[in-house]
Amino acid sequence: MVAPALLWTLAFFVVPFAAMVMMSLAHMEGRDIVQGHDLGNYLKIFTDPSLRRGIFVSLEITVVVTLISVLLAWPLAWIIATRVPPRWRRIALLLAVLPFWTSYVVRSYSWALVLGEKGVVMNALVGLGLLAEPVQIMATRAATIIGFVHFFVMLLTLTIYSNLVQLSPNYARAAEDLGASRWQVIRLVILPLTLPGVMTGAFLTFVLCIGDYITPQILGGNNELSLPQLIMLQLGRRGDFPMASALSVVLMVIVTLAYAGCARWLKMERL
Amino acid sequence: MRILSWAYLLALFAFILLPVVTLVIFSFQDGRLPVPPFKGATLDWYREILTDRALMEALGNSLIVALLSSLVALVLGFLAASGLARVLLPGTVVMRGLLIAPMTVSYLIIALGLLQMFNKVGIRPSLLATGIGHVVINLPLCFAILYAAIGEHQKSALKAARDLGAKEWQVLWFVAAPMLTPGLAAAFFLAFTFSWDEFIIAFLLTRFDVTLPVEIWSMLRSGLSPATNAVGSLVFLVSVIVVVALELTLFRKGSK
Repeated sequence: MVAPALLWTLAFFVVPFAAMVMMSLAHMEGRDIVQGHDLGNYLKIFTDPSLRRGIFVSLEITVVVTLISVLLAWPLAWIIATRVPPRWRRIALLLAVLPFWTSYVVRSYSWALVLGEKGVVMNALVGLGLLAEPVQIMATRAATIIGFVHFFVMLLTLTIYSNLVQLSPNYARAAEDLGASRWQVIRLVILPLTLPGVMTGAFLTFVLCIGDYITPQILGGNNELSLPQLIMLQLGRRGDFPMASALSVVLMVIVTLAYAGCARWLKMERL
Repeated sequence: MRILSWAYLLALFAFILLPVVTLVIFSFQDGRLPVPPFKGATLDWYREILTDRALMEALGNSLIVALLSSLVALVLGFLAASGLARVLLPGTVVMRGLLIAPMTVSYLIIALGLLQMFNKVGIRPSLLATGIGHVVINLPLCFAILYAAIGEHQKSALKAARDLGAKEWQVLWFVAAPMLTPGLAAAFFLAFTFSWDEFIIAFLLTRFDVTLPVEIWSMLRSGLSPATNAVGSLVFLVSVIVVVALELTLFRKGSK
């Protein structure tokens, strides 16, 4: 009974993946792909400034996004789980992740709308006299980061919230009885206990963020290219499948390293 | 602390809801640009998109692909989960790992691999190709949800049915499926949502018949327009209705 699913995974996941790794060892001659067994593409990725830059751009954006998202989501999840009256909790949570259910492309577009030179934010800031004239946010890294943080704050709020509500209130009560201040309870008791939820969410954020093409393309523009944008560029401009494949393998390796780095905190089965 | 909490809550809600609220408000814009000032309400943009043939075709394509690919993923995942839950063999861990593996790989990489393989064996970019890709990303999800839903109680019920002489299909149809209904429904709706919203696989694996996200993407190239707002708002409305319906029916009944 397991056979159909296994066959499907083999035929449409393992085989294409192997083909892609093979392809990454080929190279282009003119418009033709020449199969080979050399590491030329990989050498080029680490020597060509624009390609190497892409890896760092992606890593920088992803790390910053993951950190900001965790820092924003944790207090939000905590407030919803402990401060909001129980009967409003589910509604508050539903509201906090409502845009999660809009189309991903549309969500990036909405930010382009909000952050643009004539958008709501600039209008408000100039109108209130906080800015003399609109500042360019669109087509910069800031726009990409805002768009990403928006999405991942929602995702992390969900994972951290589900972690928080599973905690027995006795931990906090015991700490209080033993004389801990409210702040100490949060910092020394609750926070460490939510580490599995935080790490699972952070890992998901890392993986989804570093592999995403839509947000940097719509909001970040073409001034600096992330790894997925570079991959799409190789495909689009001259059908350089070998280079696109090599970049994908690099992306894959980065994700695997990230997984190895936080594997002991992850509880993937809970998802 | 209390005031601080509420201020934080409000600030974050504002941040989270700002783009969606802006999107919806300016879908009614009586003017060519979906930016302030708001010039008055009109439904013209909705009329325009609802009569846009390319858009409506893409909508239909998306529905078909999402429906069929989630059904296939659900059936494959259901069979695999019931099969693997039966006995613990040495190979079980490996098989489970293999079935879950696509979850940890970026959609872009899955799409690129499939594109190359389809090129080689001569399958043209099409809705079928996209559907195959969507099954690849949703199969791990369906499998994981259903596998987690089969606990000790379910296992012994399945074993009892087999011991009493039920054929394998009877075990699945009359025992496993009814017991796992909440899990099956959750897996199906999640898979449907992911496929419905998926962009990069559909973008690389379709050419003439595109899905809705790809069609919206091509609308973006002509810049900001209230028409795009209107499409986005409609998609949002549909998702909200589905989520609220799920919240009120499926998840309320203590199934978690």
